[in-house]
Amino acid sequence: MEIIRNFPAVSILLCLFAGILSSGLKAKAAKALNAVLISVEIVLNFCALAYTIFVEAPFVYVMGKFPAPWGNEIRVGVLETFMALFFCVIMMLSMLGGAREREKEIEEGKQNLYYIMVNLLLSSLLALVYTNDLFTAYVFVEINTISACGLIMIRQNGRTLEASIRYMIMSLLGSGLLLLGICFLYDLTGHLLMSNIKEQVQILAASGSYHIPLVVALGLMSVGLAIKSALYPFHTWLPDAYGYSTLSSAAILSSLVSKGYIFLLLKIFYRVIGFDIIGENKVIHVLFVFGIIGMIMGSVSAIKEDNVRRMIAFSSVAQIGYIYMGFGLGTEAGTIASIYHVISHSASKSLLFVAASGLTDASGGSPRYRDLMGAGYRNKLAGVAFTVGSLAMVGMPIFSGFISKLLFSQAAIGHTYKMLPTLIALAISTVLNAIYFMRTVILIYTPMPEGLSKSGNREILMRENLSKSVALVCFILLNLILGLNSDPIIRLIQHGLEMFD
Amino acid sequence: MGNYLLLNYGEAVAMILFGIGFANLLLQNNLIKKIIGLNIMDTAVYLFLAEKGYISGRVAPIVVDGVQEVEAYINPIPSGLVLTGIVVSVSVTALMLSITIRLYRRYHTLNLDEISTLLKKEGL
Repeated sequence: MEIIRNFPAVSILLCLFAGILSSGLKAKAAKALNAVLISVEIVLNFCALAYTIFVEAPFVYVMGKFPAPWGNEIRVGVLETFMALFFCVIMMLSMLGGAREREKEIEEGKQNLYYIMVNLLLSSLLALVYTNDLFTAYVFVEINTISACGLIMIRQNGRTLEASIRYMIMSLLGSGLLLLGICFLYDLTGHLLMSNIKEQVQILAASGSYHIPLVVALGLMSVGLAIKSALYPFHTWLPDAYGYSTLSSAAILSSLVSKGYIFLLLKIFYRVIGFDIIGENKVIHVLFVFGIIGMIMGSVSAIKEDNVRRMIAFSSVAQIGYIYMGFGLGTEAGTIASIYHVISHSASKSLLFVAASGLTDASGGSPRYRDLMGAGYRNKLAGVAFTVGSLAMVGMPIFSGFISKLLFSQAAIGHTYKMLPTLIALAISTVLNAIYFMRTVILIYTPMPEGLSKSGNREILMRENLSKSVALVCFILLNLILGLNSDPIIRLIQHGLEMFD
Repeated sequence: MGNYLLLNYGEAVAMILFGIGFANLLLQNNLIKKIIGLNIMDTAVYLFLAEKGYISGRVAPIVVDGVQEVEAYINPIPSGLVLTGIVVSVSVTALMLSITIRLYRRYHTLNLDEISTLLKKEGL
């Protein structure tokens, strides 16, 4: 059993080496390697999750020979392993769902580059989840940014190039602020390991000295990571990046890349600063306000959108707003709701992207909103999947989105002055979500009038694109599991947060 | 407040430089000027780290003449962080430059707003 303690570190290293190996392989071999790698990652992280649940205590794995205050280490608890496992599963389904599009849209001879990027992205995500060292986190944040940029620009047209440069600009602003925040914190505490920083920060907070630099450092890191995960006013790159990149990239970017940064922010809140200090800090009010504005403005932009993939992308802006609103409540219940929403949003957003591409395939490849009329009849599985994803986003019971909205409102109740704004914003945002998602669902189930049928429209059967069908079925099941069986997951999140200290 | 600022003038300069770089990266329209802004911003962080890591009267932590007392040397970690940061910044700059070249070949301009208008005309 002791051998399982090595698994998290091995999983990070395996991804890195697979990335290097892919550069010398042909496209087919790289694809096979990537599939094997993700399956192995799922097994490794599942074992780690089982182990942490079994021993009921987090463990620290020392990287290299040097012990705590000097060396580098990773820390493994229930929440970390669960998130890592979940990220791997979503990654696998996203890669499965977009296999055909990748072959079509990426130039011949450059396809193995795509798998390098995916492997490096997975390694950086796992490292962000597991690391106990702030500077290592910064380095992997940059690796994450670079590989995500590669995923956007590998499908070459003007839109993706522009989107990738806008993405890089915003991301670099964010990582500059994050780096400065980490440097401030290092100067204040003299440590880079999260647990050591926390001890020192607790001492500083108790004595009240260096209060302003501490707030500045926290503010810089929060704002930096908020910019990187596309909180509302910093989302300008997002619709183009999600709307025009190849399908797997869009699914991975929306459901994994931004969530990795959010998880790092969560770790900073709990493991670096300490949640009792965060709760009294004014920085979270800022996150709360921008979260609420994002919830509404993201949905308003989505309603105005004519391209179905860009519409789903704008809906991401709104959902990121939800997550930051939960952090902004400053209570444990709010954080649990946010983490649950990270999970449910990842599951349903990648489902929506894959389903939308199935619908556009049945409509002559046009992502235009009005061309999708009757697409639910032409591609039955994609129609059902899109409906499930939409209902989850709107927050219907039995689907995953309902649980997170329920948790958000439960967390808000009893809060002295944030209760009303939260509940009102939740209500408005739900109605707005319903407007654009239900409008699309109704449209895809409106039969095309006789004589208007376009030449590109055709029936798509389930076995025609088998990998996408499998991915869609798995996504639907995942959503139903999250919606119907939420109690164990919520208990697991609670347990994981307790282990964070 | 004021005398602290004078005492730590190196850090103050680093913060001003960071602001200049940040504003350039965010607000300039020209892509090359944006990249210059990025480099100023990153360099400002390194200046800040170097300022914080330096203790006057001590030397770089390389053992010469057998002197092994801790009091003789400065803290090596900030220098290590600066080196790591430089590696990251170089690779990011290279990536930004390569995308800029791609965009310039396609649209014959470095102005991001012009590129956006050209894209709208393309109507992809």
